[in-house]
Amino acid sequence: MNTLIAKSKPASSALALAKVSNGPPWLGLIGGVVCVAWLLIALLGPWLAPHPVGEVVSDNVFEGFSLAHPFGTDYLGRDMLSRVLVGARFTVGLALVAAVLASALGTGCALLSVVSPKWLDEIISRIMDAFISIPSKMLALIMVSAFGSSVSLLICTAVVSYIPGSFRVARSMAVNIEALEYVQVARTRGESRLYVACREILPNMLNPVLTDLGLRFGYIVLLLAGMSFLGLGVQPPDADLGSLVRENISGLSQGALAVIVPALAIGTLTVGVNLLIDYVSSRRGRRSGGQ
Amino acid sequence: MTELIRVQDLRVTACGERGETEIVKGVSFVLEKGQVLALIGESGSGKTTIALALLGYARRGCRLSGGVVQVGEHDMLTLGESQLQSLRGNRVSYIAQSAAAAFNPAQKLIDQVVEGALTHGLGSRTALQAKAVELFRDLALPDPERIGQRYPHQVSGGQLQRVMAAMALISDPLLVVLDEPTTALDVTTQIEVLRAFKRVVRERGATAVYVSHDLAVVAQMADRIVVLNGGEILEQSATAPLLEGPEHAYTRSLLAAARPDGNIRPACVVSEDVPLLSISGLTAGYGSKSADGMPSIRVLEAIDLTVRRGQAIGVIGESGSGKSTLARVVAGLLPPSVGDLAFDGKPLGGSLAERTPEQFRRIQMVFQNADTALNPMHSVAAILGRPLKMYFGLKGAALQVRIGELLDLVRLPRTLAERRPHELSGGQKQRVNLARALAAKPDLILCDEVTSALDSVVGAAILELLRDLRQELGVSYLFISHDISTVRALCDDIVVMYSGRKVQAGSRQSFAQAPYHPYTDLLIHSVPELRQGWLEHRGTAVAPLPPMGARAPVPHLCTFLERCPLRVDGLCNRSAPGRHTLANGSEVLCHHDSAHLLHSQRQCVSVKTGAYA
Amino acid sequence: MNSTTLWLIGRRLGAGIVTLLIVSMVVFAITAVLPGDAAQQTLGQFATPEQVAALRVKLGLDQPGVLRYLHWLMNLLTGDLGESVSSATPVSELMAGRVPNTLMLAGATALVSIPAALVLGIGSAMGRGGRIDSVLSFFTLAMVAVPEFLVATLAVLIFAVNLGWLSSLSYASDISSPWQFMRTYALPVMTLCCVIVAQMARMTRAAVIDQLDSPYVEMARLKGIGPVRIVLRHALPNAIGPIANAIALSLSYLLGGVVIVETIFNYPGIASLMVDAVTNRDMALVQACTMLFCAAYLGLVLLADLCAILSNPRLRNQ
Repeated sequence: MNTLIAKSKPASSALALAKVSNGPPWLGLIGGVVCVAWLLIALLGPWLAPHPVGEVVSDNVFEGFSLAHPFGTDYLGRDMLSRVLVGARFTVGLALVAAVLASALGTGCALLSVVSPKWLDEIISRIMDAFISIPSKMLALIMVSAFGSSVSLLICTAVVSYIPGSFRVARSMAVNIEALEYVQVARTRGESRLYVACREILPNMLNPVLTDLGLRFGYIVLLLAGMSFLGLGVQPPDADLGSLVRENISGLSQGALAVIVPALAIGTLTVGVNLLIDYVSSRRGRRSGGQ
Repeated sequence: MTELIRVQDLRVTACGERGETEIVKGVSFVLEKGQVLALIGESGSGKTTIALALLGYARRGCRLSGGVVQVGEHDMLTLGESQLQSLRGNRVSYIAQSAAAAFNPAQKLIDQVVEGALTHGLGSRTALQAKAVELFRDLALPDPERIGQRYPHQVSGGQLQRVMAAMALISDPLLVVLDEPTTALDVTTQIEVLRAFKRVVRERGATAVYVSHDLAVVAQMADRIVVLNGGEILEQSATAPLLEGPEHAYTRSLLAAARPDGNIRPACVVSEDVPLLSISGLTAGYGSKSADGMPSIRVLEAIDLTVRRGQAIGVIGESGSGKSTLARVVAGLLPPSVGDLAFDGKPLGGSLAERTPEQFRRIQMVFQNADTALNPMHSVAAILGRPLKMYFGLKGAALQVRIGELLDLVRLPRTLAERRPHELSGGQKQRVNLARALAAKPDLILCDEVTSALDSVVGAAILELLRDLRQELGVSYLFISHDISTVRALCDDIVVMYSGRKVQAGSRQSFAQAPYHPYTDLLIHSVPELRQGWLEHRGTAVAPLPPMGARAPVPHLCTFLERCPLRVDGLCNRSAPGRHTLANGSEVLCHHDSAHLLHSQRQCVSVKTGAYA
Repeated sequence: MNSTTLWLIGRRLGAGIVTLLIVSMVVFAITAVLPGDAAQQTLGQFATPEQVAALRVKLGLDQPGVLRYLHWLMNLLTGDLGESVSSATPVSELMAGRVPNTLMLAGATALVSIPAALVLGIGSAMGRGGRIDSVLSFFTLAMVAVPEFLVATLAVLIFAVNLGWLSSLSYASDISSPWQFMRTYALPVMTLCCVIVAQMARMTRAAVIDQLDSPYVEMARLKGIGPVRIVLRHALPNAIGPIANAIALSLSYLLGGVVIVETIFNYPGIASLMVDAVTNRDMALVQACTMLFCAAYLGLVLLADLCAILSNPRLRNQ
């Protein structure tokens, strides 16, 4: 009976299946190019913007495409291109910081959990299970309702929402590696737990962890953009891409460029990241035959 | 005689990321109707690829790029997919290596057995089912009427393999391809399966291609042998001439590896003082602990073992015997539930936390699978350097010198130090594994099936190395294996385990002839010998088992009860067997005494030589 | 259903309930305990200490956190969800009005998306490596990454503004005919479907391919069984477990997507209620809505796990 129980797998394995794909390689290249472009925009945005971001430059609101204003103007007559370039900083910057923190903390907890005695592993896993059971948007909503929407709080919210996911992925990899013999050898040599975690286990899961980091980045971009869209994210006068969609939503019935462009911008960012990650992970999978 | 199979200049190309490589380079052979041809080679020689090409099938990432594969009147390489489909499972059948993987876990066995024939319209369902039951009977499966109603996981490995044979033979094919069908089975199960296959194939006059890496098995089954290496044929001839006088050097090395060196170097000096390792009354297992501290799955039961300085003890057992668990307990990876361990006179803690650093250093373990025993992200120098740093505090130049010495000791070139494990071959990795264990200057090395995952030629070289190291360094071994010939080649003393119990223990000489424990007898006589006709003679020595009544609810009853040919109703199922010493000096766990065992087992021997036909 | 399966299911249910309990603790901690003095915040800076103290007693804030949690939990279990601060109506009334709308939206989405995803996933798995598979792969990958409000804005742009077929806002109340139903629900359901179908199709494809790559399918091919029969009789029955698993998990993502969709289309469902509550800092409503969503989410994940357990052939056929 015990062997049967050991063989029934949990739901999360379905998510692992979803990573399988085999698109043509040039898609990955496109994804890579898009990601690099966005990184550059995030770094250099304010200097690339043709007009100051808050200045009303045109008398026409919701203008369409023109050479002076390639992305049109918004509901107050401000240049959309400049606003998008500056807004990108918030979107990409916040999400990157949050993703790196979530991944690092999640992986750290997973390593700690794997080399520690069973009871500590159980406690950490139960806490993470509980957090993962709250949908990320819900968690973000209640954190905002409790603490408000400052930038640091938004980062904190995103990190708390996505640590459990990163923990789960890292832990399942670490558990598989820990069962391998070279880790057993290190243990029988009397190595300290820190050594086993950092020198034996971590280097062998670095690639999947980085892939997961990329995925988290994508999720966090969507989360923060969604929150800003609801008015609960980045607050005025700062604006990220989601807020830009929100403030110009009245132009939707006119089909104004000011609404479409920021939404498209977010779309290209997340799709580019996903394409790149898909390509990298399937190449690694084919080469090494998995883990 | 008609030529049924004709393969000419077959080429198969693999399309990888780095372009195309030819994995089968122009192979040609012929086979007449009713003959059995063996394709023998080590892993990577292309034998499975050729076997699949006989069905016109290439695995994902490979394609059949040239040549002629003539089966009967069809050239498989010129046919389209739908034509191939109509031939597969109909005129040409395939028996896979792993039966457990080849069956759909959610369907009954009988449905899968008749499926192929049904799709090809070879009869009605009832007729085919009756035929399947007939085949089950011919293959000596238990309960042939009802075994088809079971699901794959409800049937044992050896039985499943025979069901797969029934699945292949139900369509009365012209050609049957058997792809390493017994490699995954225990030696004692293998022999029944081989016997069944041979009888059924002969009876139906089927033509067969048998793929294997084991020369002894192939000697029993095949009329012609083709030796493959690296996708090319090195030698092909009829079986008997090949076994007596092979032409190619590679074939000769295969033969040498199949017969491990019988002449052992003179035994090393074994000291008589305090034993290095002593295990007494060991019981261990896995799973949650019950109220009295006993684990729910008991793997080892009341084991006593002593290893002296300079001694090599071999532990033999099949799957489920608990031999690997024994190694893990000694290494400290699994705490014992009951029993004591002592190392060099001092108590040895059960878990890692209870051991001293000196004890860590002096007991080292070498694992079976070198792929998972070496960290893929560390270079060889890093792998060897770590224990040197930890145990001896070596640094800088002294460290490099010692690493070089270790590589010399295991006969690897010093230039390997900067490589990573994935750049090394299987044999090289296992040597690095060994070097890592030697780096700590241990007194006892636990070898857990170190040659089982390696090709026979490479494995034989590792055994040689182990023997030489023992002479040079005076280190003790606890050598665990499932292969009795390997153990006999290396070790002074042998322990046989079955189902977690030590059933026989004695010196190598005492294992040379009867009397044995009934399980040891079965084990020794199940290992195929490198001569034709062995299987038939062995076959006549097996009679149905003596009848046995119900088991009494007494603890520690004999675990070999179900399969023992010498069991006695009323004795073996009612009381636990005791340990006693046989005439030749070995200790057995059995009710029978030396004289009875000798008498019954000598009978078998006489039958074997007498029934020569 | 034998005893092992029942025991496994029971154990999973138990774990689910424990998790829900821990979730309720987390939710309560975040919304009621951590933010600080709610009484001070409600009354503002110029309130006198006596007023603050009185409000604190009225709201029960003078008791220790654990007691307050237990009180709240008891109320929750007996159906007393508190009162909404912003509209002074009982929370349960407010929610009861909105829940059916969201259920309608979710139900319509599930009804449309599941068959579409199955067809796409199984079809692309069967034609693996071909042109259709590559194209579908690319599209599903893109759709999974795209934010819902992009899909929504594009959909509104195309269908409402340019083509004028549908209205850009949905009023769930005035539905008198199936045609009206479709006109009202088309855009929100389409928006939700885009992401969900992509997700489910990818997971379905992966599950079917996983089966098609297994050794017993290769064995069936070597027995000369045609590709259609292989998929229908061998791969699919064994893939049903993972597929059902994938469907349940994807539906749980709906809970996030529905928040955006209800806002953008002004749909009077429970998610937009929650967003309003958050904006107004209406704690009782926030807590109740969150617990509802979490319970639904856990329910779907539980369903996914149950499918995985029940589909294990070794357990089914003992």
